[in-house]
Amino acid sequence: MSKRITIDPITRLEGHGKIEIFLDDHRDVESVYFQVPELRGFEKFCEGRAAEEMPTLTQKICGVCPTAHHTASSKALDDLFGVEPPPAAKKLRELMYNAFMFEDHLLHFYFLGGPDFIVGPMAPRATRNILGVIDKVGVEMGKKVLDIRKRVRGVNALVSGSALYPVCGLPGGVSKALTEEDRAEIRGVTRDAVEFAKLTLNIFDDVVLNHRGLVKWLTSDVFCHRTYYLGLVDDHDRVNFYDGKIRVVDPNGKEFVKFEAKDYLEHLEERVEPWSYQKILYLKNIGWKGFIDGQDSGVFRVAPLARLNASKGMATPLAQAEYEKMFHALGGKPVHNTLAYHWARLIEVLYAAERMDELVRDEELTSPHIRNLSHHTPKEGVGVCEAPRGTLLHHYETDEKAIVKKLNLLVATQNNAAAICMSIEKAARAAIKGGDISNGKLNVVEMAFRAYDPCLACATHCLPGKMPTMVHVYDRETKG
Amino acid sequence: MTEKPKIALYWCSSCGGCEESVVDLAEDLLTVAAAVDIVFWPVAMDFKYKDVVAMNDGQLAATLINGAIRMGEQEHMAKILRKKSRLLIAHGSCAHLGGVVGLANFYPREALLNRVYQEVPTINNPRGILPQLEAMDSGRKVTLPDFHDTVKALDQVVEVDYYIPGCPPTPELIKEAIMMVLEDRLLPKGSVLADKKALCDTCPRRDSKPDKLRITEFKRVYETAWDPTKCFLEEGIVCLGPATRGGCAARCINANMPCRGCFGPTENVRDQGAKSSSFLASIIDMTDEEALKKAADSIPDPGGLFYRYGLASSILRGKLTPKRS
Repeated sequence: MSKRITIDPITRLEGHGKIEIFLDDHRDVESVYFQVPELRGFEKFCEGRAAEEMPTLTQKICGVCPTAHHTASSKALDDLFGVEPPPAAKKLRELMYNAFMFEDHLLHFYFLGGPDFIVGPMAPRATRNILGVIDKVGVEMGKKVLDIRKRVRGVNALVSGSALYPVCGLPGGVSKALTEEDRAEIRGVTRDAVEFAKLTLNIFDDVVLNHRGLVKWLTSDVFCHRTYYLGLVDDHDRVNFYDGKIRVVDPNGKEFVKFEAKDYLEHLEERVEPWSYQKILYLKNIGWKGFIDGQDSGVFRVAPLARLNASKGMATPLAQAEYEKMFHALGGKPVHNTLAYHWARLIEVLYAAERMDELVRDEELTSPHIRNLSHHTPKEGVGVCEAPRGTLLHHYETDEKAIVKKLNLLVATQNNAAAICMSIEKAARAAIKGGDISNGKLNVVEMAFRAYDPCLACATHCLPGKMPTMVHVYDRETKG
Repeated sequence: MTEKPKIALYWCSSCGGCEESVVDLAEDLLTVAAAVDIVFWPVAMDFKYKDVVAMNDGQLAATLINGAIRMGEQEHMAKILRKKSRLLIAHGSCAHLGGVVGLANFYPREALLNRVYQEVPTINNPRGILPQLEAMDSGRKVTLPDFHDTVKALDQVVEVDYYIPGCPPTPELIKEAIMMVLEDRLLPKGSVLADKKALCDTCPRRDSKPDKLRITEFKRVYETAWDPTKCFLEEGIVCLGPATRGGCAARCINANMPCRGCFGPTENVRDQGAKSSSFLASIIDMTDEEALKKAADSIPDPGGLFYRYGLASSILRGKLTPKRS
């Protein structure tokens, strides 16, 4: 008799999701479905709203990455109203953005994905969380984590209004200038942020790279997919979170295409599966070939590891050194090992800290000229940025009174939807044999999606197989 | 040693921002974690639905639920958690009033599904596939929860004891709500745990608000610049501060942006949108019908603006749409 294993809800991520695993007659994994049981419909209910409200309205898609939506939306408004922000406004936006990337990535390492490494993948489930992490690294270190996040979120509050939901974005700039007093306050934070990023990379060294078992996982074929990679790059093809062109490299690391965000419709396409509320993006010019990797499949990946793979380096010195170290250790570019997302994420933390530290020293940052007014009749605008979880794109069409008529959103995790599904399926096949789900094996399955730090306004399903019957198998761990 | 009180945190149709606000308690999170056992919190802990189902009724001292109710699964979980909890607290705008996701009530369910899955320019869906409650895939039945006709606030599906307003609530308000439960300082049932008066009363720009506001036309933020020290209404920019409950620390105002109403109506006001429109109408300083119409037209999308956070729980509830057959 076949059986079904349900993990519901999947945990330590943003949003709702569940995993259904179907077993075959040998009680090995036959197929896996990764589903997101939710839809809210921003693409429709933002129609009819005033365009200038989009940065504060669309960011409610995600309270974990609101700054990403706020930024993509503000940039879409720049384009819509045909107005370029003054240099100080761009720098303030980028400062806010890097502060956000810093604290959001740290949230993932210490609260969401990291506990699997710091506390251990097979540790009792009641300890695989931030409290377990604090037990492991010590209360003093735990307080440092909470403190640096709080202070960097304080930078965001200072620049944008709220630590959580920024409100400063306007077409052609920002709403609030920075004072010299603010700058002095932020400088104290950014210096500490750089040190904390270095400390976190040391912790990663200690708990992962110096742990033979985890290095084996890191480099294992179980957590490995040869896919395309996509990310924003600057004029020198270096990683940039705030602006640039979208660069795609193939599974061998060769540039496949580089394009402006406004041309996205020529390059990206999405499909619907009847068993999920999530849509799946793929490379249009290769096409959808199914949940498979390789050069001939349109499946691509985004977010930290993908950004590093799709770029030629980092724009700050310490992060560049770490970038080189990672690719050297893992056998050169591109790296296909999914668990290396955790490593790449921490390299980005260091870059974000260094970039904040550069920006806060910039003479222009405190200029009172933070906004240009538009004299352009609005019609259509596209904005892009790199959310922590991948490339994010907002596209608005309005009438001449700037009322939104149509809206399209390519949300970060949607880019990774196919790859997340494939990763879960591969991990489940390797972890579950003969129906044995003891010793945290189901957590190993969950680790396959946690590497991506998914934000589930997204979901997908995995490979079809044979006929199942409907028997629920409950994980012994979660039995009571 | 006596057992610590158990609490749970759950999310429904939400963005995760309310969860972030809990994390933003920072060091206070450790204080809270030392005082209670958090026995269910999907964003941060590995407990599953089965663990909740296995609990005794009333076993939880309190549950904080954020997010509105849109999916069948959310309503189901809200009902289970209500049974397991001695106190149920609606956490944040969406649970309190329906929130931004409640704006979906302006459109019928089908229009939302069609736009997302069939009409957006990136979609390639020639067969018009929509997500199904039950889908057969190579003989396997895979299910999804229902996408309800409308969005509801939490108290439209279960009884709620308290409300923490805001999108998101401040960490201070969340901490105070939890401490209220722990220290057994319970306020009357149904209390909204924030200021009773309007944001205007504590606004940092309060002194610049004239005794009598006189407006002839409203300006939109994209077409104008304004004095960052003055009352927004005085500058002719719609600000919902007069019709919105205070307690938010004036976050938007301090960033030089007007209030958009996330803390909901003030005490004793049923409908924030109606209150907003009556207030704004009262400051329009004209009698000529043409001029009045022009002034009213200078506010685009008043429905979406005045009911941004409270459409689902308003008197209107949304646009009347035909029931599914």
